[in-house]
Amino acid sequence: MKILTGNDLASGDVTWWTGNGWSRHVEDAVDVGEQGEAIAQAEEGARRVNGPYVIDATATPDGPRPAHIKDRIRALGPTVRPDLTLKPADPSAGSWVI
Amino acid sequence: MAELRYRDDAAHDEPAVTLDAFLGQSNATAVRLESSDDARALLPHLDRLSLVEVSFPKFRDGRGYSAGRILREAGYTGELRAQGDVLVDQIPLMRRCGFDSFAPEAPVDEAVLAASLARYDHVYQGAADAAEPVWKKRHGQRG
Amino acid sequence: MYKYDEYDHSIVAARVEEFRDQVNRRLAGQITEDQFKPLRLMNGLYLQLHAYMLRVAVPYGTLNATQMRMLAHIARKYDRDYGHFTTRQNIQYNWIKLEDAPDILAELATVEMHAIQTSGNCIRNISSDQYAGAAADELTDPRPWAELLRQWSTFHPEFSYLPRKFKIAVIAADEDRAAMRLHDIGLQIVERDGQHGVAVYVGGGMGRTPMIAPLIKDFVPFDDFVSYMEACLRVYNRYGRRDNMYKARIKILVHEIGADKYRQEVEAEFAQVKKLGIDPPRAEFDRIAAQFVDPAFEAGLSDEIDRSDPDFAVWLDQQVVAHKQPGYAIVNISLKPIGGIPGDASSAQIDVMADLAERYSFDELRVTHAQNIVLPHVRKADLYAVWQTLREAELADANLDLISDIIACPGLDYCSLANARSIPVAQKIATRFADLGRQRELGELKLKISGCINACGHHHAGHIGILGVDRKGVENYQLSFGGSGAEDVSLAQITGPGFSEDGVVDAVEKATNVYLAQRTQGERFVDTYRRIGMAPFKEAIYG
Repeated sequence: MKILTGNDLASGDVTWWTGNGWSRHVEDAVDVGEQGEAIAQAEEGARRVNGPYVIDATATPDGPRPAHIKDRIRALGPTVRPDLTLKPADPSAGSWVI
Repeated sequence: MAELRYRDDAAHDEPAVTLDAFLGQSNATAVRLESSDDARALLPHLDRLSLVEVSFPKFRDGRGYSAGRILREAGYTGELRAQGDVLVDQIPLMRRCGFDSFAPEAPVDEAVLAASLARYDHVYQGAADAAEPVWKKRHGQRG
Repeated sequence: MYKYDEYDHSIVAARVEEFRDQVNRRLAGQITEDQFKPLRLMNGLYLQLHAYMLRVAVPYGTLNATQMRMLAHIARKYDRDYGHFTTRQNIQYNWIKLEDAPDILAELATVEMHAIQTSGNCIRNISSDQYAGAAADELTDPRPWAELLRQWSTFHPEFSYLPRKFKIAVIAADEDRAAMRLHDIGLQIVERDGQHGVAVYVGGGMGRTPMIAPLIKDFVPFDDFVSYMEACLRVYNRYGRRDNMYKARIKILVHEIGADKYRQEVEAEFAQVKKLGIDPPRAEFDRIAAQFVDPAFEAGLSDEIDRSDPDFAVWLDQQVVAHKQPGYAIVNISLKPIGGIPGDASSAQIDVMADLAERYSFDELRVTHAQNIVLPHVRKADLYAVWQTLREAELADANLDLISDIIACPGLDYCSLANARSIPVAQKIATRFADLGRQRELGELKLKISGCINACGHHHAGHIGILGVDRKGVENYQLSFGGSGAEDVSLAQITGPGFSEDGVVDAVEKATNVYLAQRTQGERFVDTYRRIGMAPFKEAIYG
């Protein structure tokens, strides 16, 4: 699947396209098919996202898993600071990244 | 295309020729420098030039800032125009490098520009404008 | 310490308002990201993996307790309660909101700090020797020269859109603690006929094409200093490559045309520039230098130190170095706890260091290019009290210049340019060599890790260097030996095929075993490597 990600313009938070808006959680990302570039352009023009780009991901029972480690780190947070990730209470969250 | 001029004389209406064309003919009074052209090639001819237009093909290409200063340092007093991808936040720096007219490809917000040009009361270093560097204000003229 | 006068305050305040205006225009959609990017970068604001990152300048690595506390305050109020000290003596915050950035700059301005030119294709923060003004071996304090350059380079109208970024380091001792010759311009203050001037090295750097800067001019007197710098930069601005950003640094220009041709160009430019009257007068240097005079050292202090606490004695031997003033010492505070993140400090730790500086070090701190902190002027009689406080704050590691004193870039945990993570490798190596006795047995061993070819972790200059690369989506680590950023400057040579994260830790351990077996009296790791060459190491690692 292809999913769309970027950063929130004002806050800088990592965000994922949900089909009708942006979420901080990669689990909410939807397959954008061939529409990614068009959505990215429209959303960037509306200043709801900064630097959007389309990535490959694998659909899993737990939601989309980005193909590249960089985007998995973006999805979770720094592997060296589990306390600052989106899943601070989940000790196995880091293994999802690797 | 907006044109911004900070000169009192009348705008020069002769089209600018390329550096090669200028060096090959004796009667042109306006020349256009591409960013890779050597501004020093003009130094023997400054007294017959009324307009030097310096190209900024991309706002990241900063060679024209040096070209501007080199011409002013050599005593050029004619119009020095920055043309191309000239952004409003760059114009104050270009003014300091001796540019006194601007032909940006995209329109410039004149209110933003006016605020930018008025923002700094002091500068740290000497350049091609009349602004006194702060060390001069601190100590008076050298010597 | 340099104190702002009305002019400095006015310029920094105007900069805060200028950036506020630029941010507002971006948020309002009046400028595109493409147009905003160079503007925010010139104020140290990046978009990184998780958020915006703000890099705050610590000019030549010097700051006072009030400034240090402000750094803690910003970490608490605008970030996630910590900051990361960098190899260019700055601090960066990883979780900044764009909309907060102008307020942060306004707060910094109240303590005479800023983020001006901490990124972008302009002249960056001037770096220097962290022991400046305290070192027993310096000719003079290099910081007045660095401050002069700070002012000259700030909003320089001609050099704000250079082909690429531009880094300058200034030192004044033969021992190079600032990696001077790995900078775009490295300056060493030297003396000739009773006058101080600078020896000018141009075209060093790391990145994907590491180069050691050649000497371009052996002596530039003060009166010509700014003109000469102007000439060096103008030649670069005019002729540096702009067709390929990977070949745009001045090192490529100097390498391609040769040091002699570059020197000729600079000399010709200097002959023109010198006529312009842009060199500040001696009185301006004296005004600045007067603010860097020695603090009120007490005379007649004892050099005796009570070493009866063995843990203190270990720290003392590793972290404390000679001061020029009898009775005083320079204290290095390690930001490299075993298993920690190199260069990170919590706001509470930053406050502790500020308190110590105020109480014991004439209100001064330094940031080092090795990502540690220095208290430059501590009475020997106070060392024990300083150590006790540091120990309570978990800042008393005794590993200066040992294998666990690792320089590491933020890597793929934070950085959008990175190809691999750096910090976990640093943590694993430090943990493998956690035993301090073992580290001390290995002696000085500078290990440096970068998460991509840009080399922010200085791997080319590591006695042991590690470069993280992306091999088909998997992190892979290349190992190299023999680099140095010090006065014995050299570039590390790669060992061979790369390793996994655990594999590179094993390989480092094997290399240290070769060293232990082969070393002769007094040899450091890098000395042994230079003497015996790569072969025995390769055999141990790959054989």
